[in-house]
Amino acid sequence: MSDILDLGVKDIRDGVAKGDFTAREVADAFNTAVAAASELNAFIVTTPDHATAAADAVDARREKGEDLGKMGGVPIGMKDLFATKGVQTTAASHILEGFTPQYESTVSQNLWDAGAGMLGKLNLDQFAMGSSNETSYFGNVSSPWKKDGTNAAMSPGGSSGGSSSAVSARIAPAATGTDTGGSIRQPAAFTGICGIKPTYGRCSRWGVVAFASSLDQAGPMARSVEDCAIMLEAMAGFDPKDSTSLQMDVPAWEASLDADLKGKKIGIPREYRMDGTDEEILKSWEQGKEWLRDAGAEIVDISLPHTKYALPAYYIVAPAEASSNLARYDGVRYGLRDLPDGAGLQDMYAATRAAGFGDEVKRRILIGTYVLSAGFYDAYYTQAQKIRTLISQDFSAAFGECDAILAPTTPTASFPLGENQDDPLAMYLNDVFAVPASLAGLPAMSVPAMLNADGLPLGLQIVGKPFDEQGVLNAGLAIQQRAGFDAKPEKWW
Amino acid sequence: MESRKTMTDYRIQGATGEWEVVIGLEVHAQVTSNAKLFSGASTAFGAEPNSQVSLVDAAMPGMLPVPNRECIRQAVRTGMAIEAQINKYSRFDRKNYFYADLPQGYQISQLYHPIVGEGQLLIDADEKAGIPEDKVIGIERIHVEQDAGKLMHDQHPTMSYVDLNRSGVALMEIVSKPDMRSPAEAGAYVRKLRSILRYVGSCDGNMEEGSMRADVNVSVRKPGEEFGTRTETKNVNSVRFVMQVIEYEANRQVDVLENGGTVDQETRLFDVASGTTRTMRSKEDAHDYRYFPDPDLLPLELEDGFLDECRASLPELPDAKRKRYENELGLTLYNARELTAEVETFARFETLLAAAATKIGKSEAQVATQVANWALSVAPGVLKSLGDEADPANATAQAQAGILAMQDKGEISGGQAKEIYEIVLKTGRDPEEIADAEGLKQVSDTGAIEAAIDKIIADNEDKVAEYRGGKDKLFGFFVGQTMKAMQGKANPAVVNQILKDKLG
Repeated sequence: MSDILDLGVKDIRDGVAKGDFTAREVADAFNTAVAAASELNAFIVTTPDHATAAADAVDARREKGEDLGKMGGVPIGMKDLFATKGVQTTAASHILEGFTPQYESTVSQNLWDAGAGMLGKLNLDQFAMGSSNETSYFGNVSSPWKKDGTNAAMSPGGSSGGSSSAVSARIAPAATGTDTGGSIRQPAAFTGICGIKPTYGRCSRWGVVAFASSLDQAGPMARSVEDCAIMLEAMAGFDPKDSTSLQMDVPAWEASLDADLKGKKIGIPREYRMDGTDEEILKSWEQGKEWLRDAGAEIVDISLPHTKYALPAYYIVAPAEASSNLARYDGVRYGLRDLPDGAGLQDMYAATRAAGFGDEVKRRILIGTYVLSAGFYDAYYTQAQKIRTLISQDFSAAFGECDAILAPTTPTASFPLGENQDDPLAMYLNDVFAVPASLAGLPAMSVPAMLNADGLPLGLQIVGKPFDEQGVLNAGLAIQQRAGFDAKPEKWW
Repeated sequence: MESRKTMTDYRIQGATGEWEVVIGLEVHAQVTSNAKLFSGASTAFGAEPNSQVSLVDAAMPGMLPVPNRECIRQAVRTGMAIEAQINKYSRFDRKNYFYADLPQGYQISQLYHPIVGEGQLLIDADEKAGIPEDKVIGIERIHVEQDAGKLMHDQHPTMSYVDLNRSGVALMEIVSKPDMRSPAEAGAYVRKLRSILRYVGSCDGNMEEGSMRADVNVSVRKPGEEFGTRTETKNVNSVRFVMQVIEYEANRQVDVLENGGTVDQETRLFDVASGTTRTMRSKEDAHDYRYFPDPDLLPLELEDGFLDECRASLPELPDAKRKRYENELGLTLYNARELTAEVETFARFETLLAAAATKIGKSEAQVATQVANWALSVAPGVLKSLGDEADPANATAQAQAGILAMQDKGEISGGQAKEIYEIVLKTGRDPEEIADAEGLKQVSDTGAIEAAIDKIIADNEDKVAEYRGGKDKLFGFFVGQTMKAMQGKANPAVVNQILKDKLG
């Protein structure tokens, strides 16, 4: 059955519908693969029963000739930031270890309603804070990729590192991710897969453990642009339980996929040509332009003048919101409670939060608390919000001259686990190309372009106009067709 | 040191002279709504602990607030009722602090862009209370925010319990300007505000159940000088306590200042038992709430249609109603105020007025004074004198209108009206039937009255002579004798007329 593991969302859905194989066969194959891949540490918990139950239901519907759904028969991995009813939901933290929600997030419910099943809850950076998947309480996630000639465990990127690892290792055909400042795109780029962060508000945040509410967006991670289009259709939609949810119909992205870019203009932002950017990254960017030109697009130079302020602004806004969003983990109602002998309420808070949060989470809570403090608020938070507005205006102006923007996804390829751990600033730089689109709430996608000289994947990023996921997916498809990226990691796990 | 009230000013008489008190109030009023501000959970008072808690109220991971339109509507209507600026654009902010009754670790409130801006409220002159004339009190703003839960310390020897039923309930915080200068003014302000809220229907005003409570800001200064440093006494839950807090705080601050000290800007607590206040936390311990716009919520933008509906749904408000009672119904200022102070009072009055006018066959204005006197003094007096014997359900407008109509036609006297009403309250019988059956009717039969008067004139020849000789005062004596002879049942008008005719 090893060939089933090479299949993506579309192939499985269509194969099940046609009767080439049963959904149960697919679920069994992936459950087996997941169980055999514990060395990757991609999953925090596995849920084979969920996957088989969903598969059996799809098979039963097929027997009766009923509609199988957009994701009928496709088992997926669920990032452990989405609340899943009756299944432990931890955000990869100690403080939520053992927490079992009595509710299902809107996005995961949408996927189950579309016929998908769950292989398990995927590891991630704790509370989605990290770019290498080294901050999880449940241990690092390893990328299935290795640098040529070395055996060091490589980072799958973060925060959706369990998702990227599992999908690139082909132990899941697709997975959910969430992207606050690059957490779908950067891990996708590091592992040679596709991932799209839709326009802010496309996917409901209800039931997703919050990191930074004004930035958090869920999206799919899969091995092809088509698979991302299919899965995003299943995930997205207006949700009255989320005030920031977009009250718009979900377009037929899959049916409208079109790699012909004639008449389209693709912008190349000159400010993204930064010092210290890897030569091979720049080369892949040049190659990307050629591919898009070949697809019929006109390549134009654009300017996004406030780009250099994006990362600092992001590292004010996101921690500020996080410091408040994470206040609810206090040991009072659920999750970890550390109550030393004779402790009062304040002692309980201190002990619980000291034991329950990892270093990176604490660092961001401290930064966020600081920038919101009296006397610092205007200097930091207010300024950062102004920058955010300027960055949005940069994009609006640029989209007067082009239909989409092409840029690298990351400034480097993946790095060995542990390499950047002691230097948070170096780690934060991973997201320098990803963060501007997050601050502006724009749809953005990473698609694999090529392997670098070390045999590691490099991704290209397409950023689109608000609500124009279709334009992003189409440009992504044009690159995918020309890149012909079919490298897969050597199995070592 | 003692406080002295004059006709115009309330002053604290200190060793160094007179001090003026400056008062501002922040009133928290629970919005009348079936559901909480950002969740669908119920808001009923007195339910089992933690039985009215949604996932949002308990701040479960990934839960999001969604504004409740009815709560917004009530805040807007309240703003309109105090003639305030309604902000078509407002926003929610998070007020961050840790406490066990605050599940989210922050309260969703509105610091930077409140839904209601500046407005005003009129407190009525009350000379007895030291308010010589009507006074306008400025209102700074009204914003909406979430209430917290409640800690229960009496359930377990070493642990505290948390009840989240109230967590997330919508409050309006109504912030006055520092425009009040005496406990009486503050008391009048709270009573008037409560009355308006109840007219509008945006808050039930029930202070015992905590639906309305006030943070009392007090400072003192020498008249004409700059404002002094203020203290804020939290969560005061009755008009009387508000006045006590001001009295105590003002005197305490004067003591501190006159002894060479300074007043600390601090938060204080009121101790009901001793009638004093004490420090809750000082400025140094003040929380840094780290307010910032709630990223889970979009700005609130109100459309014209919504505002139009809010305005159209407002009832006649206390001041307008009082003026109408005076000008159109011809009631005295006192009666008009008494009748319009409470929703229940004017509602009962207006129902009775309509019923009485119909029954009597006159306009409302023609019978209003009679009905007002009945409603304010006669009827409550009878009800009170009966105590438990009365069934208030029998106090229908129809029954009372029946009594008033008989009285208007001269069929019964004032005393008989009370007697009939007593029976009505006890038994629910029809007043006209009572009057007939119990003989509670005035005699207007001139024959019977003439006979009685003839006898009195015959028995009192000397007095008749004195009267005819110019001693007019004796007329009352003959009336009294006649009424006595008629056992109080004679129609006084008829008695007067016959007496005048016969005495010449």
